Amino acid sequence: MERQPCVSPLTPNASPVMDFTQTHFELFGLPATYMLDRAKLDAAYRELQNTVHPDRFASQPEAEQRVAMQWATQVNEAYQTLRHPVNRGVYLLKLQGIDALDANNTKMAPAFLMQQMEWREAIDDVRAGKSMDVLDALSDDLHAAHRRIEAQLAELIDTAHDYAGASEAVRQLRFMDKLIAEVGDVYEELES
Amino acid sequence: MALLQISEPGMSTAPHQHRLAVGIDLGTTNSLVATVRSGLSVVLDDEAGHSLLPSVVRYHADCSVDVGYAALSAQNLDPHNTIVSVKRFMGRGLVDIEDISSLPYRFVDAPGMVQLKTVAGVKSPVEVSAEILKVLRQRAEAAMGGELLGAVITVPAYFDDAQRQATKDAAQLAGINVLRLLNEPTAAAIAYGLDNASEGVYAVYDLGGGTFDISILRLSKGVFEVLSTNGDSALGGDDFDQRVFCWMLEQGRFSPLSAGDARLLLTKARDAKEALTEHTEVRVTAVLSTGEMMDATLTQAEFNAMTASLVSKTLAPTRKALRDAGLMASEVKGVVMVGGSTRTPCVRQAVADFFKQTPLTNLDPDKVVALGAAMQADVLAGNRVGDDWLLLDVIPLSLGLETMGGLTEKVIPRNTTIPTARAQDFTTFKDGQTAMSVHVLQGERELASDCRSLARFELRGIPPMVAGAARIRVTFQVDADGLLSVAAREQSSGVEASVQVKPSYGLGDEDITRMLKDAFTHAKDDMYARALNEQIVDAQGLIAATRAAMAEDGALLNETETAAIETSITALEKLMAGPDHQAIKRGIEALNAVTTEFAQRRMDQNVRRAMAGQKLETFG
Repeated sequence: MERQPCVSPLTPNASPVMDFTQTHFELFGLPATYMLDRAKLDAAYRELQNTVHPDRFASQPEAEQRVAMQWATQVNEAYQTLRHPVNRGVYLLKLQGIDALDANNTKMAPAFLMQQMEWREAIDDVRAGKSMDVLDALSDDLHAAHRRIEAQLAELIDTAHDYAGASEAVRQLRFMDKLIAEVGDVYEELES
Repeated sequence: MALLQISEPGMSTAPHQHRLAVGIDLGTTNSLVATVRSGLSVVLDDEAGHSLLPSVVRYHADCSVDVGYAALSAQNLDPHNTIVSVKRFMGRGLVDIEDISSLPYRFVDAPGMVQLKTVAGVKSPVEVSAEILKVLRQRAEAAMGGELLGAVITVPAYFDDAQRQATKDAAQLAGINVLRLLNEPTAAAIAYGLDNASEGVYAVYDLGGGTFDISILRLSKGVFEVLSTNGDSALGGDDFDQRVFCWMLEQGRFSPLSAGDARLLLTKARDAKEALTEHTEVRVTAVLSTGEMMDATLTQAEFNAMTASLVSKTLAPTRKALRDAGLMASEVKGVVMVGGSTRTPCVRQAVADFFKQTPLTNLDPDKVVALGAAMQADVLAGNRVGDDWLLLDVIPLSLGLETMGGLTEKVIPRNTTIPTARAQDFTTFKDGQTAMSVHVLQGERELASDCRSLARFELRGIPPMVAGAARIRVTFQVDADGLLSVAAREQSSGVEASVQVKPSYGLGDEDITRMLKDAFTHAKDDMYARALNEQIVDAQGLIAATRAAMAEDGALLNETETAAIETSITALEKLMAGPDHQAIKRGIEALNAVTTEFAQRRMDQNVRRAMAGQKLETFG
């Protein structure tokens, strides 16, 4: 029998399976802001996993194990969302009814696009020149820019409530993540 | 650690019964079994006082087997039938195995996994590993005086699904109930962390006989959180031996070697390597069966030079693991050394240089993995009150699907904490397409053909639509054991298909059944009695746990619900008096179903209490 053609993806990213009755912030007892107390998040995450993790129910009936698995999955998902700068921004905007990563929503400041092209060229240059020091410097630049955009995002969401501006900042952050991942690939190339 | 201790349901089933559970380190070179006694993890020795069981199996023509030291001493005499380092072949095809020409075995290229031709017939690596596990199981049952409830068996963190499944199959064949497959570096971290009451970020550098793993963990208030893991499942001490072996060939200029002579030189190579951990040079001599001889001196400097590329091969995955964890080498508080190959001085030096600190070697690198596995087994057997520590592990390799053009679409990226579930929507590619092939993959590569194929299944009965109109949601779910299930559902029609992933590289259930039949001569009645007994024990446990939960949280149920549960319990008790194990199984399922909502409410209550405690802790 001839195999049917393979699947093609509809959405750019895998999405969580669980439908939450409370927000991720409520789950961890945190205020719904972009600025995040990381120590509090980590502590609440550990406390919750300590309560719901399936290993706590290893000798329990199947029903309890299944519930524990669902809860632990939910808690992991919520933690990954809040911990990650892009995911947290996307999630907060979603709570405001805004899809920051909507394919029709691609507005981006020309200055940022220019800067991005320059970074891409710089990555290509390192690939050709194979200088670890230059790559280190570039990596530092990208991480600094990442932190700057994160600070802007906190300001836009938490203070200015400028969600259109925040959507753009989220998209910029996602670009930065991709660039940083690419730098990681170049590290691997130079190390091997 | 917690302010508020949730009453532990783990105690309710059988409060004073200690369940016999062990941790097994099924290593490339040596294997061990350990258990927790009076709160302390200890390695179990054989009658001769040996802790290590060499992972060597010798087959005889009469189908009897030697395992361990007896087999080890025969490897030069009987190289074709004496299998060493079988772990390197687990879940691997012939094409996956490097330096095959220098190995003395008669390989048979079977579909999926390579097999070995011995005087006792063709053996799968799974069967060979099962012989090792059987000896460890007997050792444990003799030492502990009873039948094992189960075992935690360790595997390299970088083992893929085929290798993990092969390990599980071997355990099943050896009659061992697997409580969990635990990653070796994680097991080591548990043993080390609990022993030293450590806090902070630790790296576990695990260089064994045949595999290399690096894991980065955060230890905080009894929670072991794996941040990232990486490695090379075909790099270990055996490769160092191989380098020395090549050097010996250069020195000796021998005519083509017989299998026995090749094994002799490999043994000499390993002896030389081990001698160089203590001495700066070693004299290497050998007399072959042909009368050819060699006599040469190998210095530590020469050894370091010939193995430098192997050592540096471990550092690339180490850097990758740090990058995935978002950390610098300087942020790592300690580096735990695991595996016999970390005794090699140049390995220790390279790790010290990389992390700019002296690695931690205060736990025996051969035993630490088994000790940690025993601790986890104790938890999973329900012997602990579960208040002191928790393990959060990750998947080592990305999981995804094949999409148009043979590309890989990652659905769950590597280093995602388990349990986890992700869904992704896909659509059809052709007008009127009514079926879709779902191909589940594991690995990091862009091309599907470069990743490992885990499963294929078809979603049929999609209503004919124009291309791109169907909405097919594919859901990946990985449980705390790392087992993957994949389901696909067409959203408008509701047609569904799903698969519990059993990699095509593992053995099928039929193979296992056949091997079990070969291995045991259980009469049918025995099997039946055993199944009945198992179901009765399960049912007793379930009823006791349900009664305990009702005594504790009965207030969460209304009268109708309480009555429904009582009815199910009575029904199950009636079935337990009868001879039908299938009926008891159905009764268990029925009671489980009727208590699901109750379990959910109990968990909600636990979470509310835990978070109330959290807030007090935060503000207090």
